Amino acid sequence: MSLPETEVEAVTEELTMAQAIRQAIAEEMRRDESVFVIGEDVAEAGTPFKVLSGLVEEFGTARVLDTPISEPGFTGMGVGAAMTGRRPVVDIMFGDFLGLAMDQIANQAAKVHYMSGGKLSVPLTIRTTMGATRRSAAQHSQSLHAWVSHIPGLKVVLPSTPYDAKGLMKSAIRDNSPVVFFEDKMNYQQRGQVPVAEYTLPLGVADIKRPGRDVSLIATSSMVLVALEVAQVLADEGIECEVVDPRTTVPLDRETLIESVRRTSRAVVVDEGHRSYGVGAELAAVVAEGAFYFLDAPVRRLGAMDVPIPFSPVLEDLTVPTAETLAETVRELCGGKTREGRA
Amino acid sequence: MTDTQAAVSTPALEGSPDWLRAYRLMLSIRLFEDRVNDLYQRKIMPGLAHLSSGEEGVAVGVCTALHDDDYITSTHRGHGHCLAKGAEPKLMFAELLGKAAGYCGGKGGSMHIADQQRGNLGANAIVGGSLGIATGAGLSIKQRGTTQVAVSFIGDGALGQGVLYEVMNMASLWQLPVIYVCENNLYGEYTLGSETIAGQPLDRAAAFAIPALEVDGQDVRAVYRATAEAVARARRGEGPSFLLCSTYRYFGHHVGDVDRGYYRSRDEEQLWRTQRDPITLARVWLEAEGLADSAGLEELADQLGRELEAAAEFAIAAPFPELDQVATDVFA
Repeated sequence: MSLPETEVEAVTEELTMAQAIRQAIAEEMRRDESVFVIGEDVAEAGTPFKVLSGLVEEFGTARVLDTPISEPGFTGMGVGAAMTGRRPVVDIMFGDFLGLAMDQIANQAAKVHYMSGGKLSVPLTIRTTMGATRRSAAQHSQSLHAWVSHIPGLKVVLPSTPYDAKGLMKSAIRDNSPVVFFEDKMNYQQRGQVPVAEYTLPLGVADIKRPGRDVSLIATSSMVLVALEVAQVLADEGIECEVVDPRTTVPLDRETLIESVRRTSRAVVVDEGHRSYGVGAELAAVVAEGAFYFLDAPVRRLGAMDVPIPFSPVLEDLTVPTAETLAETVRELCGGKTREGRA
Repeated sequence: MTDTQAAVSTPALEGSPDWLRAYRLMLSIRLFEDRVNDLYQRKIMPGLAHLSSGEEGVAVGVCTALHDDDYITSTHRGHGHCLAKGAEPKLMFAELLGKAAGYCGGKGGSMHIADQQRGNLGANAIVGGSLGIATGAGLSIKQRGTTQVAVSFIGDGALGQGVLYEVMNMASLWQLPVIYVCENNLYGEYTLGSETIAGQPLDRAAAFAIPALEVDGQDVRAVYRATAEAVARARRGEGPSFLLCSTYRYFGHHVGDVDRGYYRSRDEEQLWRTQRDPITLARVWLEAEGLADSAGLEELADQLGRELEAAAEFAIAAPFPELDQVATDVFA
């Protein structure tokens, strides 16, 4: 962060996640005239989630561009504009639509800098959503951050609080590499304190959201909130959870994750992507490799069930990790053998 | 790259182009590709080589109408575009051989040559893959308020890619300074275009209210004239154009595509080589106009041959990248 902690915390305001993201983009647009927003329904509509409301009134339609429903086209144009002196913020309305734009993201944006031997760069930010339980069914509910985390050349951000979202968005826009920024659509109204003064947060630095000595809960995006809720519940049962938020999957702050697990000797990874072959699997592998000789139990991971997200609420709720399933996993893992219990 | 350098005008753009220079460029491309073929056959060049021999009139005709700071994007069959936009043969050969001295430090290869000093935003190995980039460059130009233009070279195969229709729609809506140059060499990889293209290619652009023109791609002067008109329109803020340039590739889809009888005949290939060769046609015209004589052009060919030989030798002798380069340039 660009200001000392004390000064940043001196004056804060309460913002929702959506407001924090909007503030970050507006501040960067004021700071740098090369920043512009492009996507479907980003101008007067301000996106379906109203995240960008007010931007077109301040910056005009030349810098807040409503596009046709053409994800490959406008994402590719974002790449080209970024290569030629602009800093586009491309809006992919639902993360599920990444599939449409994947050639532009994975074959173009991610590779231009490397393929050109470092001569060309793509300072592009792609905003998109993730997160289920909105009763939106299989094509509007996926958490596909594993797709882009798998492609070298892309940075990937998963903010869990308004404070993180604002500081990370500003860094994403200023970054000279393509960054994919995932916003959990169920989290937009989450409130939190955000400094009034200018600040940024570096990409690639994990944050320990709650310290604890018995088990590390490594959680991403909205799963951080689930983990914090569980930590509170389990504290009353004598299990002290440490909640670690990587904040970015690329770059990944392996050291902070591994150090935490070396201290606690137990780890549960919780991420809303599908459980198999996903971000959760990678995070689990990182701590298993880095803290193996410190572990008292196998590393566990919770993720979305390996099924398309169903519509029916009773079915959908089964597919994602919840405070109950996480708490049960942690209790099993600790088996009453907390640090205190063993001592 | 943030932006290209200050504009350096191609000489004689506003008057009549230097046709001898255009001829020299076309011949350079032909001789370059002959050397590539040779390097590949001798197994000095790794990977794939998609030769543009026969299509020189399009690359040179288009680029003769551009300034150094105008952008192009190219295709897997892109050596000619790069050279026509001003790339140095020795740095291209070095890239083709995966050498550190190459345009991309050896990381891109034949299908990814980029040369930001000359506005070349890169060749692309995805068919139609650079259409978004070129159109985005057009958006960038409009936002920055310069008079640059962006040219997107595509092949007829790219007419099958949906992204073309998305970006033409936006380029027309927003009147972006983009020129889509479709090199129709009749074959998409190993398949005749008439088996894959319904309707008329020009109608596709017309559907988006984009001025569209068919041009004889073997006539470098015709290509130049059509491009110059499209460029002038784009610089005036009057939006995109689409040029369909009929041309022919003398070699196969790539160098290894030798037995081509199942998709096109030797007679057809010979007809294009003997009757429709863009370099021969230009030479006949230059001599008829008294702009060059036979002896002078022979001497020019010898000189270019020696230069390209030296460029290839430079690349062969050049060192490979240091091994630690494998992990650099992943992030900017």
